[in-house]
Amino acid sequence: MADEVREDLKYTETHEWVEVKGKTAIVGITDHAQSELTDIVFAELPEAGKEITKGDELCVVESVKSVSEIYAPISGTIKKVNENLEDTPEIINDDPYDDGWLVEIELSNKDEVDALLDADAYKKLL
Amino acid sequence: MSLPSVQEPLLNKISGTDQKQVKIPKKIPESLRRTKAINIPNLDETQIIRHFHHLSQRNFGIDTGIYPLGSCTMKYNPKINEEIASWPQFSCLHPHQHESTIQGTLQMMYELENMLSELTGMDAFTLQPAAGAHGEFLGMLLARTYHQNNNDSKRVDVITPDTSHGTNPASISMAGFNVVEIPSTEEGTVDVSLLKKTVSERTACFMLTNPNTLGIFESDILEIADIVHDAGGLLYYDGANMNAIMGKVRPGDMGFDIVHLNLHKTFSSPHGGGGPGSGPIGVSKRLIPFLPVPRIQKKKDTYGFTYDHPQSVGKIKGFYGNVDVLLRAYTYILMMGANGLQKASEIAVLNANYLKKKILEKPGFDLPFRDLRKHEFVLSAEELRKNKKVRAMDVAKRLLDYGVHPPTMYFPLIVKEALMIEPTETEPKNALDEYAQILHKIASEDAEIVKSAPSNTVVGRVDEVNATRNPVLTWKQIKESEK
Repeated sequence: MADEVREDLKYTETHEWVEVKGKTAIVGITDHAQSELTDIVFAELPEAGKEITKGDELCVVESVKSVSEIYAPISGTIKKVNENLEDTPEIINDDPYDDGWLVEIELSNKDEVDALLDADAYKKLL
Repeated sequence: MSLPSVQEPLLNKISGTDQKQVKIPKKIPESLRRTKAINIPNLDETQIIRHFHHLSQRNFGIDTGIYPLGSCTMKYNPKINEEIASWPQFSCLHPHQHESTIQGTLQMMYELENMLSELTGMDAFTLQPAAGAHGEFLGMLLARTYHQNNNDSKRVDVITPDTSHGTNPASISMAGFNVVEIPSTEEGTVDVSLLKKTVSERTACFMLTNPNTLGIFESDILEIADIVHDAGGLLYYDGANMNAIMGKVRPGDMGFDIVHLNLHKTFSSPHGGGGPGSGPIGVSKRLIPFLPVPRIQKKKDTYGFTYDHPQSVGKIKGFYGNVDVLLRAYTYILMMGANGLQKASEIAVLNANYLKKKILEKPGFDLPFRDLRKHEFVLSAEELRKNKKVRAMDVAKRLLDYGVHPPTMYFPLIVKEALMIEPTETEPKNALDEYAQILHKIASEDAEIVKSAPSNTVVGRVDEVNATRNPVLTWKQIKESEK
């Protein structure tokens, strides 16, 4: 039962994914992460406009199994959050790489992107 | 035991006696009579008794079968505890009674404090916390007050390993400290070199369970204590796993400054369903002045409460703790004696290692980290998940079909698909053999059967997502939802 790892995304050792689009990046949790968490019941997201530093707590995801902190994979300002997660957090389970995204961050330090893992490096972690 | 196959209705859904049949005596004046029917169930005694009897038949307790819930120490609760607790000299006391009329109870509490001090190697105990997590919270308040009293308020970090009980970080946060989590080694124990790097002038305390939640004894404990003390921090002992080491090694001798015990676990009082519990806190000499009030004092042959402790953290519980649980623990300790407690720990460790070996004899479950365990062990169902998509949760649900209680699941988080098993010393060998057989059977069963379990229980698989997101906890909520 292999967890999906998408070739065109960047990853962290703590199972977040990052999709860089110019000056901004979309952040979510990986298929492996959602599968480990099991059924997600709440997602507590940050406010848009908040500044965060790489490694800080980005949001908290609660599943029937545990409460887990999701860490910011990169530094910047929260531009948008996925409002749909408030009422239907289960889309993180159903579609972790598309509809289940968490936040969009305006990057403050583009160099940090290079330090992220590519798909092959992340696969080796699993 | 045969269970009724239908769901037991709520009391007010059982059709009862017609209220009009109740004759109201004529002497009650019209002005004092109700004009509207009162909204309470109107049932016969037979109906009430049957209702509660049905519910009691559906309960599962240690008197029903094996209950190997890891880190919970679900041991048999000797009936003599209940008998003594039911004596009117104890059960009919009122907390406002004058001290001179409760000398026996005060003596019991005073002696229990001393027994727990002796067992743990601490200098003093308070019996007030109502449960383990309450004890932890008090422990953190004591650490904070201690550092503040030393004009050392910059100590705001409390370190805890990633195997710690979930209540540890919660207690740390509740007391206003920052949680600093450190990952364990590949052996499943505290990473001593990482701990060295992590401690600083900001470290208030290190919270540790020993043996830890993997059931592994932290054999570097003396070095760990030195590291924490040299950095100016305190060492906190989470007593959830005390059942593994009674009479063998004492937290005080390991260097711990603050210790909590779970009397309802280690000292045998019933605690399924959430309580009542008791989480006494023991401390080393330097922390005694900060213990909560009231403290119990013996003057000549008279016992009494004292409140004049100016450095105390104050009151942390109404009245004097859960006295009925204290009484059961006191009875248990006296009945067991020092040798009995030591033997209990030995057999608890033996039972855990026997059951572990039995389960690992056949395929299905693995044991991550090192082999020898204390009173509990954590299996991984990851192979079942890979091969058959059967998860730890499914195994737990299927165990219900076989009439036994599942282990603790998905904890500690560092073990994938964790099943944390603690049989305790009170399970006979045949119960352990049977539990291993059931797990083997489940591992070889058709995945669909396991994934749809339980099917032999009154209530089938519950919708956990819905239960978490939309909990219905009161009758009022049920009424609202029916509208």
